[in-house]
Formats: sequence, structure tokens, C-alpha cells
Amino acid sequence: MKYMDEYRDAELVKGVIEKIRRTVTRPWVLMEICGGQTHAIVRHGIDQLLPPEIELVHGPGCPVCVTPLELIDKALAIAARPDVIFCSYGDMLRVPGTGRDLFSIKAQGGDVRVVYSPLDAVKLAKQNPDKQVVFFAIGFETTAPPNVMSILQAQRLGLTNFSILVSHVRVPPAIKAILGSPSNRVQGFLLAGHVSAVMGYWEYPPLVDEFQIPMVVTGFEPLDIVQGILKTVELLEAGKIEVANAYSRAVNFDGNLPAQKTINQVFEEVDRKWRGIGMIPMSGWGLRPEFDAFNAEKRFDVEAITADESPLCIAGQILQGLKKPHHCPAFGKQCTPENPLGATMVSTEGACAAYYRYGRDRIPQVLLADN
Amino acid sequence: MCLAIPGKIVEIFERDGLKMAKVDYGNIFRETCLEYVPEAQVGEYCVVHVGFAISVMNEEDAQESLALLKEISDIEEELGKEDAP
Repeated sequence: MKYMDEYRDAELVKGVIEKIRRTVTRPWVLMEICGGQTHAIVRHGIDQLLPPEIELVHGPGCPVCVTPLELIDKALAIAARPDVIFCSYGDMLRVPGTGRDLFSIKAQGGDVRVVYSPLDAVKLAKQNPDKQVVFFAIGFETTAPPNVMSILQAQRLGLTNFSILVSHVRVPPAIKAILGSPSNRVQGFLLAGHVSAVMGYWEYPPLVDEFQIPMVVTGFEPLDIVQGILKTVELLEAGKIEVANAYSRAVNFDGNLPAQKTINQVFEEVDRKWRGIGMIPMSGWGLRPEFDAFNAEKRFDVEAITADESPLCIAGQILQGLKKPHHCPAFGKQCTPENPLGATMVSTEGACAAYYRYGRDRIPQVLLADN
Repeated sequence: MCLAIPGKIVEIFERDGLKMAKVDYGNIFRETCLEYVPEAQVGEYCVVHVGFAISVMNEEDAQESLALLKEISDIEEELGKEDAP
């Protein structure tokens, strides 16, 4: 496929890694914020090909991983209702809530369906006027434009049996929370390429100025990732504090303006709890009050549900780059992809699942911040 | 979750008031919503996420950056030969 195959050229990747090796003169800690990049890095062994001076830590950019436990419980409560068809992206089905997941609801007779696009859920609402169709609208900025379009489309079609359960999160507030932490170790950021395809990268210069660290918009193919790392290392070595774009075929500074306008029409910024991390102020999007009719939390009266995390799981520290998955005493023992304690072991984009799957449990311990 | 893949627009049409397209992902064809890339044309490549095009590929930038990466790779190969005993 054009625009993919040429970015998987092993010789070019090797060449760029050589250049990184020649450029680096001292240790640097970089964070890739995006779970898709975490998965690609570990899958292609990029973390093991890099010179030892470069340490990659994995950020909280996996919406499946950071969706708070009580929101999963709310989804379970709604999906268990006999009058509901509950639609979700596939990777949410195995995420454990308090003791159950969406698969177990399905096994007990609940109508839970995996959809490829939110428009498929709208289509189901149109085809099933006697059922309530609920779509689990999770994601970062990349998934927000498709998710909000489902609401506008349902409104346009006059559907009164469609609503969404929203758990949207935003990248810049998460970066701010990580960099603002007293135990922060991150010296350079690889910014999420597809989030930036939607939002551009105009939100980052103030963060770069405030925290004095470089950030580089990075894509997802192996060549994109090493190019992003090279650019970040070049900026760090030159002492340049700026935002750069190493994914310009898909991303420009302003981003997708029609998409941003539509998001702001339907969503407003809200405080959001991140699983394993806790509340990050104004870090999420929720439905504006004028769309209350499409708000599943209100429609099914599940707003009061709360929940507590497993005390064994250290996902919160992993999601902030303070610990690596194999530093968790439960990793690969009480916690595996078949029996996950926390969401970072459930989603293929979770750092724990990637480490487990690609055998990164035998890496020598790196020196980590005490906390 | 934020994975998106490039696809080639082969046909543009409208359904239920939405601008849609038939998109070719290496001989796998899927319907894709073009509402957020109203300027996209047949023959162009777009980046698609959960059934929606979120940006149009910039061919010129793609060529430029690939050329630059090839240059880096060639130089490193040369330098590597010099380093060899």
C-alpha cells in the first residue's frame, strides 16, 4: 500500500538509527505519548535497536487504558438492559470493570455489538426503532470528529433512540500533567501523529515554552518513528526548544479546521478522571448541555456509579512513564492479557500487553525514579 | 486506538446528507465519510480512522521527506564503510 510500504523499509530504518547513534552524546529520556506508537516500537524492536543512551518511556495515550473504571461500570449497567443495543469499538469489550466486562454481558444475553464506525451505530438505531442504541464514545482527539458526527447525523435523521456514553480525553492536558509532576523524567516528547492530523500542533508551543522541552509530531510506521526520535535527539543535542513536525505528509500546523469546529459545536472541555492516574483538570470532552437528549449517562440515570481500582496494579505509574511494565510484581503472574488486572494489560496498545506479548519481561532493570 | 491507514479515493457520492467515498486500501474497498475533508478529490490519498477521512495526504511532503531519509541512509552507509576495519 502506498504511503505505508515505503515507510517499512528496513534499510532506511537502519540508516536513520545509525544517524541517531552518531548524533547522541549523552543519555536522553523520550516519551511517546501514543499507545499505537508504543505498540509499533515494541513490535518492531525499535526500543532494542536504539543506542543505549536513548530511553523510551511509554505515555498514557491509550484511550482504552485510561477510560475510568466507573465509566466501564456505567457501560456495563446500560449494556445489561434488555431494551438496549450497546455498540462499541472492539478493543473495549475485554476491559474489566468491577468484576465483569462487556463480553460477559454479551454472554449473559446482552445485545453488545462491535462497530467499525460510529455511523454503523446510527444505522442500527435507524433500523431498530423499538430499541435504544447506545454508542460507547471513547477516544482521544483523533476519534472525536467521527464520534461527534454520529450525534449530528442522528439529529439530522430525527432519531430519538440514539445516545452516546462519552469518555473523551485530550493529549495536551496529559502532557502538562506529566511534565508538571515533581518526579517527571521526560526530556523530549514524540507527539501523536493522528491526534495532530485532527488538531494540528498549535496547542504545543506554550507547553514547550513553559517546560523548556522539545516536542516532535511523529507518525506510526517504523521509519516515521525513528525519524521522530532522530529529530527529537537533534533538537536536544543542539539545545533547541521547539515543536517540529516529522509527519508532514499527514499533519500541518493548523490541523483539520472543519473537524475542530464540529468537535467544539458538540463537545465542551470538562475535568476527566484517567484510569490509574486520577483527575486531570479540563483534560476531557463531554457533551454540551444542548445535546443532553443524546447523553446516555443522563438518559439511563447512571451518573452516580463510582468504583475503586485494584490495589495490585501499578498502571498509573506506568502510564506516567515512572515505571516499566516488568517492574510490577503482578506482571505476567496474577496479571496477563487473559486475566488482566488493569487496562494497560487489556488493550494491545497498553504498554503491559505489548511487553508481555513481545517478551520484554527480561530486560535489565533501568534506573528509575524513586516514588 | 488512534490508528489510521492511508487509502485512495476511487469514487465520491452522497448518502443520508453525508459526503461519502469508496476508498481503496490495496484492493480492499470500504466506504469512508469525507465530511471533514470536503476538498478531497478522486485519486487522492486520505488518512482514514474509524470510517472517516481525517486528512488528505500531502504528496509533495511525502516525497521530500522520503528523499531526505534516503539521503541520511546513504550517508550513514558510506560512513559505516569508512569505519570498517
